[in-house]
Amino acid sequence: MNRTFLAAAVATALAVAGTADAETLRWARAGDSLTLDPHAQNEGPTHTLAHQMYEGLLQRDMSGEIIPSLATDWAVTDDPTVWRFNLREGVSFHGGQEFTADDVVFSFNRAQKPTSAMKELLASVAEIRKVDDLTVEIVTEGPNPLLPANLTNLFIMDEGWTMQNDSEEPQDIANGGDNFAARNTNGTGAYILDSRVVDERTVLQANPDYWGMGEFPLEVSEIVFTPIQSAATRIAALLSGEVDFIQDVPVQDLARVDQSDGLKISNAPQNRVIFFGMNQGADDLETDDIEGENPFAKVEVRQAMNMAIDREAIKRVVMRDQSDPTGVIMPPFVNGWNETLDAVPEGDATVAKEMIAAAGYPDGFTVQLDCPNDRYINDEAICQAVVGMLGQAGITVNLDSKPKAQHFPLIQNRTTDFYMLGWGVPTFDSEYVFNFLVHSASDERGTWNATGYTDTALDEKIVSLASETDTAVRDATVNEIWEQVQADVLYLPVHNQILNWGMKEGIDFAVQPEDQPHVKFLSYSN
Amino acid sequence: MIAYIIRRVLQGSVVLAVVGFIAFAMFRFMGNPIENMLGQEATRLDRAALAERLGLNDPVPVQYVKFLGKAVQGDFGVSYRNGVPVAEMIVQRLPATLELAFVSAVLAVFFGIVLGVFTAIRRDGVLANIVMSTSLIGVSLPTFLIGVLLIWVFAVELGWLPSFGRGETANLFGWESGLVTASGLKSMILPAITLGLYQMTLVMRLVRSEMLEVLRTDYIRFARARGLSDRAVNFGHALKNTLVPVITIIGMQVGQIAAFAIVTETVFQWPGVGLLFINSIQFVDIPVMAAYLLLVGVLFVTINLIVDLLYAVVDPRLRVT
Repeated sequence: MNRTFLAAAVATALAVAGTADAETLRWARAGDSLTLDPHAQNEGPTHTLAHQMYEGLLQRDMSGEIIPSLATDWAVTDDPTVWRFNLREGVSFHGGQEFTADDVVFSFNRAQKPTSAMKELLASVAEIRKVDDLTVEIVTEGPNPLLPANLTNLFIMDEGWTMQNDSEEPQDIANGGDNFAARNTNGTGAYILDSRVVDERTVLQANPDYWGMGEFPLEVSEIVFTPIQSAATRIAALLSGEVDFIQDVPVQDLARVDQSDGLKISNAPQNRVIFFGMNQGADDLETDDIEGENPFAKVEVRQAMNMAIDREAIKRVVMRDQSDPTGVIMPPFVNGWNETLDAVPEGDATVAKEMIAAAGYPDGFTVQLDCPNDRYINDEAICQAVVGMLGQAGITVNLDSKPKAQHFPLIQNRTTDFYMLGWGVPTFDSEYVFNFLVHSASDERGTWNATGYTDTALDEKIVSLASETDTAVRDATVNEIWEQVQADVLYLPVHNQILNWGMKEGIDFAVQPEDQPHVKFLSYSN
Repeated sequence: MIAYIIRRVLQGSVVLAVVGFIAFAMFRFMGNPIENMLGQEATRLDRAALAERLGLNDPVPVQYVKFLGKAVQGDFGVSYRNGVPVAEMIVQRLPATLELAFVSAVLAVFFGIVLGVFTAIRRDGVLANIVMSTSLIGVSLPTFLIGVLLIWVFAVELGWLPSFGRGETANLFGWESGLVTASGLKSMILPAITLGLYQMTLVMRLVRSEMLEVLRTDYIRFARARGLSDRAVNFGHALKNTLVPVITIIGMQVGQIAAFAIVTETVFQWPGVGLLFINSIQFVDIPVMAAYLLLVGVLFVTINLIVDLLYAVVDPRLRVT
């Protein structure tokens, strides 16, 4: 009793301190949120803005750890296909409505509708049911030990508000859908929408009734979010003091920002790995000069290529030290990662050349590399560097760079021989990587695997992960799969990207590995 | 006269139809919007279903006819990026672009003519030569570079003017205007200079050379011999007769300013239709791109019509009989 009183007193004191000391955070990044409807787009900047206003049952904090949000705790019940979530008491939406289990059930059902962009993340959910006002159970098709990791961007809306405003279907972007929820919000989050002009300016005000008072710093009382597309202008706006905090700092400007008085750069490894894929399944490649066979089909060639890429040189020259060279296609936070897998292969062009010659290509061969030029940090420059490195190993690479809108369909349609791809792992678990990049290409899985690699036994192992509840067994399977991926050189990993945020001196804000700044965690050091 | 206008409008619609068709034929090569619209978790079935719903599997002529059929009824479809009706997006963005274009054009025409006349009359003056030399910068530097330089000097180093955005706007009879607030006007200065600099130097050089031409003619000499004041000779007689080619160029350039403010809008994060167009290209937002290109077509056709009518006002010989 006493303790509760104390906590309440501290919370009130903090709340008072927070309002007395009104701080506006002017924040800029390259792109705007696409919609305010929390289930209509599955996209980084859209989720990031939504996170300030809406909340899920749980969320990732600034270090990427899962922490409670609208649920206070959760666990698998005796039945391994049922998860039980206990909900937070006394939470209300911005409009004053009380938060209950009905809202959770409603929001999950909404996120599973055909027009929802979040439905794939809930593909394993068979049913969600209310136990009582503050308890829900999620029933999955088969055990799903990783369910919570799929829920970090799954926002809860108020049932009454959404129904009243005819927004029970998520905004149907493809079919000209426009709804109330795409332009208005009613979440439980730390900030309330004040005004918004798309692509121009979004203003949020601190929620005076936020349940997290005292749990989070909550030192920002107003957020003014402005997309600034041109990198030079974004930097200029930070240098001239017109904004306080920017994301998407171009690597060539990092030093300049860091050296400016009153500004600093924070960085951290990003949840995104960059790598190359090779079409090793085809009988013959479209773009090579070897008739009737596919040089990529030979593992020696792939090993040699892996050797020929000098990741340290790419880091130094192309990335200005802003990358974390890796030998495996997953970032370090992912379950399944270890240092042995991550070890970068020794680069040696001479040995690589000999290996390619020994594999039956004494004169090397020619192939085309497809590369995006507007998707990853310095993507085209990395490809150019790799063209040179493979050239030394005897492989003549013709580079074809194009915008992402033209590049990704090549991978989707599997009409590329050699391509660059970057991958983030929102669930922070290897299974996600395997499902999309390692499993044989099929309608459901392997959708981003354009390597033509198929191995039925491996596919079975991958599928088994989804329902394996024994952590030790599961981890062992994960490791087995990785060892095969590494031994077969399925991909040529390059590096993990490093994220940089630029901000005013005096702002304490750790870089979040998913590039999602949650402003409620921001504090000022003076 | 009315028959003439009707004929021009009909010609204009043919031009628009052709512009639209070429645009649609080009969209095929811009890439696929599906990847941008669905998250990376989408299955192949989701992708195929979306492509079907968007009608992307239809042949280009079919897509084009569907688009035209709706467009003539004023329905330009819905943005693939924001899910908002395209017409609404363009109407919301248009004031920003039109105001910027208007201010740029006024600056360009005013300073272009004044400086052009000045450099023509004082052909050998030191100041005139300095103006002529500096004007080379306006002609030769690319717009984005001028923009970035201006931002660097006036926003970052001096801190006088904002580096991005439109400042505060006020609602004037449903028109969001930045011309009536102090911060809106401050925000206007750098983008307007950036956008209009090329046109200003162009007008100036044109006026100058035309003036030099005219000043050599006999009637100017007679005018001087009659003892008319310099002002009457220079402005009343000489300038007026240089204006026909100048109006043609201004007309074409005003269209350019409004339609291709894309670079300036991107550099200054100016929330107009040019910026919208750039965003749409990156996203392969076909409805927005199509509507924008049609809008630009309408703009050019209209401006050309106005220019033709203006000729008649300035030069009685060109009056259509």
